Amino acid sequence: MKALILVGGYGTRLRPLTLSCAKPLVEFGNKPMLLHQLEALVEAGVTHIVLAVSYRADQMEQELKNVEKKLGVKIIISLESEPLGTAGPLALAKEHLNKDNEPFFVLNSDVICDFPFKQMVEFHKHHGKEGTIMVTKVDEPSKYGVVIYDAENGRIQQFVEKPQEYVSNKINAGMYIFNPSILNRISLKPTSIEKDVFPFMASDSELYAMELQGFWMDVGQPKDFLTGMCMYLGSLRQKSPDQLHSGEGTVGNVLVDPSAKIGKNCRIGPNVTIGPDVVIEDGVCVKRCTILKGATIKSHSWIESCIIGWKCVLGRWVRMENVSVLGEDVTVKDELYINGGRILPHKSIGTSVPEPQIIM
Amino acid sequence: MLKTIILIGGPMKGTRFRPLSLEIPKPLFPVAGFSIIYHHIEACSKIPDMKEVILIGFYQPNDALTKFIHSAQKEFKLQVRYLQEYTALGTAGGLYHFRDQILAGNPDFFFVMNADVCGDFPLKNMLDQHKKSPASICGTILCTEATRQQSLNYGCVVDNKDSHEVLHYVEKPETFVSTAINCGIYLFSPGVFEPLQQIFKQHLQENYNYDPNLPSKEMIRLEQEIFIPLANTGKLYAHHTDRFWSQIKAAIYANRHYLAIYRTSHPERLAKSKEDCPTVRGDVYIHPTAQVHPTAVLGPNVTIGKHATVGEGVRVRESIILEGASLQDHCCVLHSVIGWNSTVGLWTRIEGTPNDPNPNKPFAKIETTSTFTSEGKLNPSITVIGSNVTVPSEVMILNSIVLPDKALSGSYKNQIILFSTRNPDRYSTRNPDRYSTQNNELLQVVQVTPSCVTWGLHRQTSLLVAPPGGLQRLTSFLIAPPGGLQRLFPVAGL
Repeated sequence: MKALILVGGYGTRLRPLTLSCAKPLVEFGNKPMLLHQLEALVEAGVTHIVLAVSYRADQMEQELKNVEKKLGVKIIISLESEPLGTAGPLALAKEHLNKDNEPFFVLNSDVICDFPFKQMVEFHKHHGKEGTIMVTKVDEPSKYGVVIYDAENGRIQQFVEKPQEYVSNKINAGMYIFNPSILNRISLKPTSIEKDVFPFMASDSELYAMELQGFWMDVGQPKDFLTGMCMYLGSLRQKSPDQLHSGEGTVGNVLVDPSAKIGKNCRIGPNVTIGPDVVIEDGVCVKRCTILKGATIKSHSWIESCIIGWKCVLGRWVRMENVSVLGEDVTVKDELYINGGRILPHKSIGTSVPEPQIIM
Repeated sequence: MLKTIILIGGPMKGTRFRPLSLEIPKPLFPVAGFSIIYHHIEACSKIPDMKEVILIGFYQPNDALTKFIHSAQKEFKLQVRYLQEYTALGTAGGLYHFRDQILAGNPDFFFVMNADVCGDFPLKNMLDQHKKSPASICGTILCTEATRQQSLNYGCVVDNKDSHEVLHYVEKPETFVSTAINCGIYLFSPGVFEPLQQIFKQHLQENYNYDPNLPSKEMIRLEQEIFIPLANTGKLYAHHTDRFWSQIKAAIYANRHYLAIYRTSHPERLAKSKEDCPTVRGDVYIHPTAQVHPTAVLGPNVTIGKHATVGEGVRVRESIILEGASLQDHCCVLHSVIGWNSTVGLWTRIEGTPNDPNPNKPFAKIETTSTFTSEGKLNPSITVIGSNVTVPSEVMILNSIVLPDKALSGSYKNQIILFSTRNPDRYSTRNPDRYSTQNNELLQVVQVTPSCVTWGLHRQTSLLVAPPGGLQRLTSFLIAPPGGLQRLFPVAGL
């Protein structure tokens, strides 16, 4: 089987992290975001994967070569000379997707969940039509594109973009399976699959919805990244609790790379991910944070709901909260307060940031 | 023989020290580990032939003052007494009223010190100069240098460059007069009672009709009624100092300077970094009974009071921790005052904004800023946690003032947190008359209407309680900025 992953552009929503690292390689739960999807695809028997990107990143291409070897898959980079939206990339990668007249997966790259790719294939083959969309239940459907479908068999009737009145709480989860015939509906130009393709497939009764079980999150921006991380760690607790950290000072679901060092009298958790080579000194409190590779948090600091970039150094008695995001190699001096700061890579912060702002 | 009079004022004074002055009279507030007036008494105890210190003010006699006087007498081997004015008599009315007490024993000279200033008082130098001045001298004023702009907020002195006779005196002029300002520290000869008597008699003659709205006839203002007429008569002289001096507007600023004075006056009072002792940066005073964990980092400019406890990995900078307060592990206290017996939880951050004079401007003095901006927002200032307040773990209190007896529940920024939950009777909503405290100074009810209670908290401010559904269901209140009620904004509390 084959799959196409819509990687797209620079990942500006996840800046300042994506200034140093291509978005698919940013670690989510101590694993590059893209790898979560790749591993699940390989598990489901996918052998060829097309990455639809609209910019080139040497770092990413190099990294993908390693992944190819490790997972034993073929990864093809399909580069758009101009951004082609969510449908155009399918037309661009037509030759790869058309090869053997088998259905293929299409995924948004920012989505995190318990990927149920095998069940998707079964469901798709069972109804035998052109396309299957995964849908997920959300609390506030008015922010999303809502899918209205037949509860009995899953046949999609209608899409409603950002409904003002409640119509349904099921939204497009950004994961699809299509028969190659869908390629006849798409031409090579910037096109939205949600607006320009799906409604026609639905009116042809060629599109079916399957409801996702378990958690789902689009982790394309920092706030959702952290929410998604909490969900992911919760799912790990259910499926493989041995991967989670335990011991004195650990509260709730905490994922710690074995090479990280944690000092005495710390309180870590709930919902914390600590990357490789991270150093947490004595008496630190961390809640609901992702700390990326090589960062150092010095003694007595308190951080909540933050993403700490690679190789950052936080001083002693620093208080950081409210979705602050530190880019790579940021230094925060002792005793400062950072509230919702987005701090660009390689900065040294010497004064507090009491209100949310971007520090260039 | 010599005497010293310390003018300690009364409960209407020291409003800037609220809520700290709700607990003890402001002159007894500890700065660098000792009461403000302890520093005054200590300075005059060093003058040979000093026999007595008289405190004059209009506080009701109270335990704190009595205890202080007892221990000061013992320590300095001086007679210390408190003479209570029957009402506020101004800066000189009390001197005249208690003239017999002051002159008893025929002192050659007596110092008069205002309690609301701090500094490295050059009393001996004043005495030497006073003695050398012509026999006609009544008084010597201690003067220091201010900036041209800031001098307008003080009494300004013009003196003869050689003889130092005061040629002109003016209180808070509108336009620039002199950068030499009155420090509120004086040395008088008994002859000063002549002009005082003249003024007193003049007041009596001017007003024999009783009018409750007028201040007492005995009220005499030393600066306006004595210094201004004495200027250029050969009776008033200035002594200039370049030693540290400041008004005590901000406790933390005075704390810092008294700690700096300890470097020369009392090096033994300053803590030093030693093995198995907390790390000390700059000037720090730790009371011998305080318990400080060796991993704590203190300073610069920190005072840890009696029986206070400071936990593991605690950081304190530019702050005063008052008696019995407890700072739990990993908390961080910056530019703040933590009140008596208050508790700060684990990993909590208490932070204020310093309001110091510009250190790059020579002679700059601490500025008076109002509590509120013209937009009605709270001006960033030091954070003050009143007594018996519990601040929970992991929260942040920034630029806020927390009134006593309050258990906080979360983080607060730029707020006055007013209400007592632990001791509701103290500001009971069912007894509007009792919003005030024992000193009758906090939150006097200005007006009560069915929908609203208005209090005066600060000269320029009123607090409005506007509960939906009557006073019994008080859930929030609004604070009115100076100049009117057009722009109300809510304040947390309750």
